[in-house]
Amino acid sequence: MSYLRSTFRHPQAPKNKLGYTQANYEGALSTLCAGCGHDSIANSIINACFELSLEPHKIAKMSGIGCSSKTPAYFLSSSHGFNSVHGRMPSVTTGANMANRDLTYIGVSGDGDTASIGMGQFMHLVRRNLNMVYIVMNNGVYGLTKGQDSATADIGSASKKGRPNMYEPMDLCELAISIGAGYVARSFSGDKEQLVPLIKGAVNYNGFALIDCVSPCVTFNNNAESTKSYEWVRDHKEATNTFDLVPEEQEITVKSPNTKTESVDLHDGTTLNLCRQPGSLDIKCRESVLMALEEAKQNKQVLTGLLHLNTAAGSTHEIINTADKPLNQLTEKELCPGSELLERFNQSLR
Amino acid sequence: MRIEATNDFVIRFANVNGTGSASANNMFSKAVFRMGVPVSPKNIFPSNIQGLPTWFEVRVTEKGYLGSRGDVDFVVAINGQTLKKDYDSLMPGGYFLYDSTKSLPRDFSRDDIHAIGIPLTQITIDNYTNPRQRQLFKNIIYVGALAYLFDMEFEVLTNMVKDQFAKKEKLIPPNIGALELGYNFAKDNFAGVCGLKVERRDNVKDAIIIDGNSATGLGAVYGGATVVGWYPITPSTSVVEAFEKYAKKFRIDESGKNKFAVLQSEDELSAMGMTIGANWNGARAFTATSGPGLSLMSEFLGLAYFAEIPVVLVDVQRSGPSTGMPTRTQQSDIIAGAYASHGDTKQVLLIPCDPAECFEMTATAFDVAERLQTPVIIMSDLDLGMNDHMSRPFKWDDDRRYDRGKVLTAEQLDNLSERWGRYKDVDGDGIGYRTYPGTHPTKGSYFTRGSSHDDYAAYTEDSGIYEDNMQRLVKKWETAKDVAPHPQIKYRDKASKVAAIFYGTSAQASYEALDGLEAEGTKINTCRIKSFPFHPDIGKFIEEHETIFIIEQNRDAQMRTLLINEFNVGTHRLRSILNIDGMPIRARRIKRKIERMLSGESVSPFTTHNSGKEVQA
Repeated sequence: MSYLRSTFRHPQAPKNKLGYTQANYEGALSTLCAGCGHDSIANSIINACFELSLEPHKIAKMSGIGCSSKTPAYFLSSSHGFNSVHGRMPSVTTGANMANRDLTYIGVSGDGDTASIGMGQFMHLVRRNLNMVYIVMNNGVYGLTKGQDSATADIGSASKKGRPNMYEPMDLCELAISIGAGYVARSFSGDKEQLVPLIKGAVNYNGFALIDCVSPCVTFNNNAESTKSYEWVRDHKEATNTFDLVPEEQEITVKSPNTKTESVDLHDGTTLNLCRQPGSLDIKCRESVLMALEEAKQNKQVLTGLLHLNTAAGSTHEIINTADKPLNQLTEKELCPGSELLERFNQSLR
Repeated sequence: MRIEATNDFVIRFANVNGTGSASANNMFSKAVFRMGVPVSPKNIFPSNIQGLPTWFEVRVTEKGYLGSRGDVDFVVAINGQTLKKDYDSLMPGGYFLYDSTKSLPRDFSRDDIHAIGIPLTQITIDNYTNPRQRQLFKNIIYVGALAYLFDMEFEVLTNMVKDQFAKKEKLIPPNIGALELGYNFAKDNFAGVCGLKVERRDNVKDAIIIDGNSATGLGAVYGGATVVGWYPITPSTSVVEAFEKYAKKFRIDESGKNKFAVLQSEDELSAMGMTIGANWNGARAFTATSGPGLSLMSEFLGLAYFAEIPVVLVDVQRSGPSTGMPTRTQQSDIIAGAYASHGDTKQVLLIPCDPAECFEMTATAFDVAERLQTPVIIMSDLDLGMNDHMSRPFKWDDDRRYDRGKVLTAEQLDNLSERWGRYKDVDGDGIGYRTYPGTHPTKGSYFTRGSSHDDYAAYTEDSGIYEDNMQRLVKKWETAKDVAPHPQIKYRDKASKVAAIFYGTSAQASYEALDGLEAEGTKINTCRIKSFPFHPDIGKFIEEHETIFIIEQNRDAQMRTLLINEFNVGTHRLRSILNIDGMPIRARRIKRKIERMLSGESVSPFTTHNSGKEVQA
């Protein structure tokens, strides 16, 4: 960890629509290992929220237990945060979201927190299509308990301890897509250019948005034999697409030539502009995405980018027909039926 | 010899699960109630959908004793599987109504009871062609026969049929027809046989009949609950189903949308997680479960205790351990609830004893939880939750306001003169001020965590700060003693040195037993515990007496343990009377047990081990 952080901020630091600089989105000093991928992801979250001009206090940061789940302390210090219990961030976030549908929920979890102890909650969260961003800081290893394999570790991959993992890995993206998740992405902590727009798209997406972000553990799983090391991921990363999220009023410019742009409207009026290689993956077709993920696995590639997008499904509140006004803002008058109805009810029980 | 009684007897129906008997038996019970006579029905059912034995016991009780009495005066034996057992369970002088389409086996040879054979199957074959109708009307026919045998007002029954089928009018005549078939058969064949009577009284006044779980669900609607995460488990399922039913009735907004959110979760862990998340975010949320669910929720209850998040949990207790007897009652989660979760945790318990209290305590539980910023567990049980009970009517004071506890608004945050700390004890009651997410753009945010934290919610491993925080939680616990409902203490005789302590569904049968003892000259003072932490008055009450019977429905005397633990009082003065047979504790057995204990006999604390003379019903 670093012990000091400069408090100097450039006086002409750019401001967003709210007049905030990026500093308004920062958090406490990280206590993770120097070079931890998680810190890069935290910074990407800061960038994305700044660029989207989100009110920090209208964001709730949710997490479980583990290295990854500590990171909400390191971004958005004006937001409420909830570091819950191991593997249970999905249910706590579900309850929080039911209470107030107007906040933005950013959940941060790890591969142990999601793919092992929290797998049940994760899967059911996907099923319910809760409107939230779910970022998995995926390093294939248990950091806080010092280096045990997690359920996302590839078979044959070895951590610093040296013993190759003997079990099949969980692919969180494949699982999520297979049970109907509508926004599924994979990225790499070291690729900010890809990750920031992915987070922005996830925030604006109405429903469950998963970003499985490979995030090397510099202390326990960054050795040559590991498939979650910086080096391995850089060498085997294959991007399916690049995209940017475009506010309604803004014109888009597509960076790379030789690419095809496809625009998808999100519920909140913003447009997602997707650039992809001609003939590459059709991310709206879930069967072909699942097939591509399998193929990439065979070829020892890590397929990154937005892997699947489906804007048709309603989120939990639409499914269960909740009132538009957040439930935590309903007044006593709106909630309590009162004595007269109660007396009538008594009468029906005689 | 025959048992003769007016408005004071116990009738037991032995049926097969899934044959529609429950609604017929309820009709009988409600008819007694509508004749102004207090009634106490108990459904004794298997963990099964169809085919296994089920019993329904109705106590007709002019004096209004609503606990279980013990012993059976009249059996309606419709279930071949249990025929012998039902036959043997009858009190000498009792009545045995059976389906005489087939004659009774030879070993049914008691000469101290009165057999009433009605060819129920034959009557249905003669009158109905549809097999399902034959099954359903068989039940209605015996209700008709009972109406004659007990000399009940037949019109009360026909009116009930009319009420019940108000929306399916064509079902009214055949149901009344079935009642008449039974009534007339009994009249033609058993005139003057039965010594038990139901006579009209005016003893129910404005009472209602409802099950505790429905009352709890309604209480949650009135208490302002909006979010429910839950996982089905007997006997708590109907709490949430009732909440949803009443919410749909009372809580739809102008655009037809729900002013509530009910999510069926994947397990009890998730149900509790949702409840915590919603409460953290400023909604009133609750969940309901039973023993196994309480075990699963324990980790989360520790988080809510330590991070100080209000939670309302309804625990409808059933027989444990493990899966136990899932459709039988018990009060055996007391310690698991009181100390739920690892580390030093203590949880607030509220213990209702009837539907009116289920309603009131559930609504109050949200106030208590938010005032104390901690979980509140409502300790109901299967007997209270799933059986219909006669009860005081529900009352709501329209001037009552929800106590949302210490929550800062944006304006209050702006006006603070000193630095705000989420866990800072500024009022000296151990309770800090919290904020809801989204309140203020720059003030009042904090990080909620189950790890050690300081006054400002920041992570700490500083021993002193950790210890101060843990001690502050003890101070809050002291505050809780006055916030939670106080015990109900009654002195029959200020000079008496004998007392009894009980709670929840052990109360009704205990009061009845003690009334009986008082009539014979033994005056026993009583304390009904309504909450944990214990109010100091309970400690004082224990100090005032030399012998205190602790009457409860679990094996290990859990409330007694809790009392000894919290008050550090002499164990020899606290004497247990226990019931763990899965049936509601019976008044007659409590009385007999106390008599024997007071006379100096060395007896087992279990009510099932009484004198040999008692018929074990």
